[in-house]
Amino acid sequence: MALSFIEGNEAVALGAMAAGCRFFAGYPITPATTIYNAMLTYLPPEGGVCLQGEDEIASIGYCLGASMAGNKVLTATSGPGISLYSEQISFAIGSEIPLVIVNVQRLGPSTGSATKGADGDIQFMRWGSSSGLPVIVLAPVDVADCYRLTAHAFNLAEQYRCPVFLASNKEIAMTRESIDLDAIQLPDITTRKAADRNKPFLPFATGSEDTAPNFLPIGDRTLVRQTSSTHGVNGYITVDPDEINAFQNRLEKKLKAHVDEFTFFDRDLDPQARTLVVAYGVTARAARVAVATSRADGKPASLLTLKTLWPVPERLIIETAAPYDRVVVVEMNMGQYVREIQRLLPGKQIDFFGQMNGNLIKPEQIREVI
Amino acid sequence: MSSLINTSRPPVFCPGCSHERITHTLDKAFEKMGLDGNQVVIVSDIGCSGLFDTFFNTHAFHGLHGRALTYATGLKMARPDLKVIVTMGDGGLGIGGAHVLSTCRRNIDLTLLILNNFNYGMTGGQCSSTTPQAAVVGSGFLNQLEKPVDICQITAAAGAAFVTRTSSYAPDLVDEMVAAISYDGFSVIDMWGMCPGRYTKRNKITPKSIEVDLANLPRFKGPVAENQRKEYGSGYREVAAQLPTPARPDKIEARFQPPATGRQEVLILGSAGQRIVTAGEIFCLAGMTGGWHATLKNDYPITVLRGHSVSEMVLSPQPVDYTGIDRPKVVVALADEGVGRRKKMLARLGSDTLIIKAAGVTLPDTGATVQEVVFKAQKIKSQDWALASLALLAQKNRVISMEMLKAALTVRFKKAILETAVELVERVSE
Ligand code: SF4
Repeated sequence: MALSFIEGNEAVALGAMAAGCRFFAGYPITPATTIYNAMLTYLPPEGGVCLQGEDEIASIGYCLGASMAGNKVLTATSGPGISLYSEQISFAIGSEIPLVIVNVQRLGPSTGSATKGADGDIQFMRWGSSSGLPVIVLAPVDVADCYRLTAHAFNLAEQYRCPVFLASNKEIAMTRESIDLDAIQLPDITTRKAADRNKPFLPFATGSEDTAPNFLPIGDRTLVRQTSSTHGVNGYITVDPDEINAFQNRLEKKLKAHVDEFTFFDRDLDPQARTLVVAYGVTARAARVAVATSRADGKPASLLTLKTLWPVPERLIIETAAPYDRVVVVEMNMGQYVREIQRLLPGKQIDFFGQMNGNLIKPEQIREVI
Repeated sequence: MSSLINTSRPPVFCPGCSHERITHTLDKAFEKMGLDGNQVVIVSDIGCSGLFDTFFNTHAFHGLHGRALTYATGLKMARPDLKVIVTMGDGGLGIGGAHVLSTCRRNIDLTLLILNNFNYGMTGGQCSSTTPQAAVVGSGFLNQLEKPVDICQITAAAGAAFVTRTSSYAPDLVDEMVAAISYDGFSVIDMWGMCPGRYTKRNKITPKSIEVDLANLPRFKGPVAENQRKEYGSGYREVAAQLPTPARPDKIEARFQPPATGRQEVLILGSAGQRIVTAGEIFCLAGMTGGWHATLKNDYPITVLRGHSVSEMVLSPQPVDYTGIDRPKVVVALADEGVGRRKKMLARLGSDTLIIKAAGVTLPDTGATVQEVVFKAQKIKSQDWALASLALLAQKNRVISMEMLKAALTVRFKKAILETAVELVERVSE
């Protein structure tokens, strides 16, 4: 076994390169900057482009332009940058522009603490755009996940033509870990489906009411239109309520109806347990230790680690939680995803432990709650 | 070649709007240049100038207010062969000012057509960044208090390589457009025009008065002599083609039997300049040569040349779950700045923790076993204390062995630096 010693951000860059990323743009911000550094090392020598934007709005704008030219694109920032991305994210959602966004979360609110971790943007990533339409959010637990889930994020962005977030955290992104990169299985690469050039091209036409439109790049032989305005299948403004309705429903359904196909998770279940711990991100690692100690102490417990956070993998959560009386949700914030768990499991006792003080939640703290 | 006007979507501007003229002039420019629709992208901003993409049979990208240049830059970098035209009003100039300046500095081959009519037409005639102070607009008295910008002077000062100021009614506008679009670099045309829907109702302005006003301003027509240089995209690709293929991360083989078992937490507390982070990395690499898994976290202030520097390392026979350090086996204390960051923890430690402390460093009261080392007496400089401390551990076979440490040095350093490092770890003593 030969191990490499890399941080989560470097693993993200390697995952992106493996997935066929051709374009990166970002604005330096701790703790996401090292993704930019790595992409600047990897992309240009291989014919790709890496740009430093004059601000976050520009950085994601460059990505949207390049994505519409057919490139697989990546940007990376932290909470303050996600705020500035917001309107462009709405654009990417509504106009179905594939894009991977790494949010290396840091302690907020606002400027907060650049070098302290938190998972404070979990609801923000889901709801921080106008319209409230869904996005995909994947949450890595460790460096291996940064590598693997980034590759999946690209595939999902291509398949569903939407922004896909990687909800990283300073504690994963800037922690170096030994890792056997060769032992990690990456998914086969997916590329957005090309539209049939022999038929008249309608940029937003789909074969069904829950899929993304087929793609042609701007610059193709066939003329391509992209617009941030409310559009019909032809890419021109529409005011027809039925057409608008069908379009909004499709944007909602194309992700929510398919979440079972991209529900990533880990489960460590104990048939004797009455308590299920639910965690995600770096906190899941402390939860693993806590569950193991609890078992060793004669108090069995189970653990569900969610790696797909949005759309909420409802079936997985409901089925996994079914045999338990009590669910303990642990998060590095004041209580965000627990709202989803409460919504899905109304009959159960749901306890929450959260902390947002810049420190990792310790296994002993979780052990006490169990 | 024929017109690229989309006849099924005729312009919808107010009667007398100079945008309509510009639409047809731009079409003539395309025609003169012999461009096919699929060689051109029109990136339109928001406002009445944002309608442009719909009037042409070209590729079209209509995005957010003020951000048109950002999409255009991404498109052009991805597809250098396309002619990318940005249509933007004086509103977009204001809200997207940072993008205008950056695009000028970069000199990427885009053409920015500024449809300058001195107000926000679409939202009701409010003042923009170019509204004269004497104008009567929809923003009450506010424009009287703000000086309008001269966008030509600004773009030229920011490095735009091609700047033309003209009237939407200029008889040679089509040639100006052809020159701008053909120019290999960032080209800007500031076209003064009339907005009868909003602006000219309360402000007397005619094609003739525009001409008179323009004659009184500094002249801009085409290439800006002092800004001539290579186009950004070609420059980028030239430099990129020379770059070496980057190496992927090193792989460390497990070769040695480590001298300890179970999870090992180690902490180095130092200050900036003491090469704490490098020592942390070497320690982890050493562990990995013993088949251990490793994690490393560094903590230092934003001012990297000053203040504390702390590295936290965990070695473990299993992959490391929790990466925090609560019960370190060893603490290396090399500076008060670092010690100050972990006072509470140090006070909690028991005698099973070894603290290697450089002479002169003050520790809080602690139950840990403290060993003081006078590095200065051995003529070891402060920046080498961290590595020297690792050597002391290795000499005692504490957590890592000397063969593991030396193997790590070989991974991390080459040639002269490696020799000096090996000499140091052999020389240091308690
Ligand atoms: S509001 Fe002004 S700029 Fe807009 S179409 Fe009417 S005249 Fe032209």
